[in-house]
Amino acid sequence: MSPKKIVLRFGPDITEKPIIYRLVKDYDLLINIVKANVNPQKEGTMVLEITGDHIEGGMNYLRGIGVQVQALSQEIVRDEDRCTMCGACTAICPTGALFIERPAMEVNFDGDKCVVCQLCLKICPVRAMEVRL
Amino acid sequence: MLRSYSEINAKIKSGKAVVMSADEFISLVEEKGLSAAARTVDVVTTGTFGTMCSSGAFLNFGHSSPRIRMQKAWLNGVPAYAGIAAVDAYIGATELPEDDPLNSNYPGEFRYGGGHVIEDLVSHRPLSLKAISYGTDCYPRKSIDTTITIDDINEATLFNPRNAYQNYNCAVNLSGRTIYTYMGMLKPNLGNAHYSSSGQLSPLLKDPHFKTIGIGTRIFLGGGTGYVAWHGTQHFPSIQESPDGKSLGPAGGTLAVIGDLKQMSPRWLKGVSFTGYGSSLAVGIGVPIPLLSEEIALYAAAADRDLYAPVVDYSDAYPGRKPGNLGQVSYADLKSGKITVQGKEIPTAPLSSYPMAREIAGILKERISSGSFLLAEPVQLLPSPADGRSGKVLNG
Ligand code: SF4
Ligand code: SF4
Repeated sequence: MSPKKIVLRFGPDITEKPIIYRLVKDYDLLINIVKANVNPQKEGTMVLEITGDHIEGGMNYLRGIGVQVQALSQEIVRDEDRCTMCGACTAICPTGALFIERPAMEVNFDGDKCVVCQLCLKICPVRAMEVRL
Repeated sequence: MLRSYSEINAKIKSGKAVVMSADEFISLVEEKGLSAAARTVDVVTTGTFGTMCSSGAFLNFGHSSPRIRMQKAWLNGVPAYAGIAAVDAYIGATELPEDDPLNSNYPGEFRYGGGHVIEDLVSHRPLSLKAISYGTDCYPRKSIDTTITIDDINEATLFNPRNAYQNYNCAVNLSGRTIYTYMGMLKPNLGNAHYSSSGQLSPLLKDPHFKTIGIGTRIFLGGGTGYVAWHGTQHFPSIQESPDGKSLGPAGGTLAVIGDLKQMSPRWLKGVSFTGYGSSLAVGIGVPIPLLSEEIALYAAAADRDLYAPVVDYSDAYPGRKPGNLGQVSYADLKSGKITVQGKEIPTAPLSSYPMAREIAGILKERISSGSFLLAEPVQLLPSPADGRSGKVLNG
């Protein structure tokens, strides 16, 4: 069985909770943490690869405690010509994938840090961020 | 008096003018001192690139055969105000299609509006033009449905009644829910702070008393050449002060600008969408500041650490038009990436592009140095803080 890739997003209240432990223990899932990030506001994002028979049950548990669960089948790209380097996305992107290089104040995009939360898609005023399927 | 406009222009024509962008001039003043720097440099160039509401374009479509006296007109489905003359219209940056879902599915996306129409025009893309009328003896036609490009129409004049805000609020959200504003998405409980100025590069922050900028000042506008047409609407310049009387830099001035849209470029005029708020136009503007005196040079040398923005709550104080703010922060602090408000450290982000502002100041410097851009002495300077203009409240 090939692993299922998912993205989790959660607020400061969840950051303290042992959610991975519960997924492993209560739902018998095999979990590979691909990316994990907690920003200074204690908002967390995680990309997981999950294998097991009770994935849906585990996901329902997560949703029940307020975690946003999303399948990861997409990639985010930036249209470099369209981006004006305004910076409007940089305090919104939860993982720092979009960030400002100082002192030049240029906006960079590090795809490796992106967890495909898609927040930047609607935040970017010139719609420079796109989903690639 | 260090030099006059005509002396500067004579030097520009002979290729001898010394021109520096505002950030370069700040470094020179730090290195050589104000007097020496002011004697060396003739012109300081500034730049800003950001969303500027109160923008739009006057268009004259030319006459069809038979003639129509357009009563209502739409460009790519976005209404343009046609109540000016038979085939004249004004497309405003924040106008939206009548069938836009707006905020009915909150927060709305506002993917296409007047700002995007202007970007499509300046990109030489074909646009749908529809217009209706009631028919007159001299203008019998009642409707037209056609396609135009900027090259097919007589005139396209960018005329922005209020641009280049001297300074702007740093927006935060004190409430417990995410809000969607023209200052971007503001996370609850002081989750982020958004500001919108190029700070030490921004045109009106470098001429706080309007000693050089006035009606007729030639500027960089949208990639081409434009002019200051008038003071902008809501032009209420003042000098901010801390409680102990220290200057925190200017705020409140604005410009009305005009220029031929046909010679501008989509790189410097971009349609923008603010989720939950609406659409608008991002505009690139650069203003040259002639160093006529040492006093003017002193103002032009103001750095990010000398210039401050008020921190304003956009969940309650701003929408409710309640006076006061949450303190003042310098652009040096804003650019560092974090500020402290009410004892909490919060991440900052700009909405105005510093890299593009720097590029504009650089292009303007290049145009002046190469002799292709002469300075225009204003016919009349704009009202200054000493004129004491202030905003009125709309009752109702
Ligand atoms: S989708 Fe956008 S906002 Fe989300 S992590 Fe990736 S770059 Fe950041
Ligand atoms: S909000 Fe959009 S235009 Fe601005 S820096 Fe981010 S990706 Fe670029």
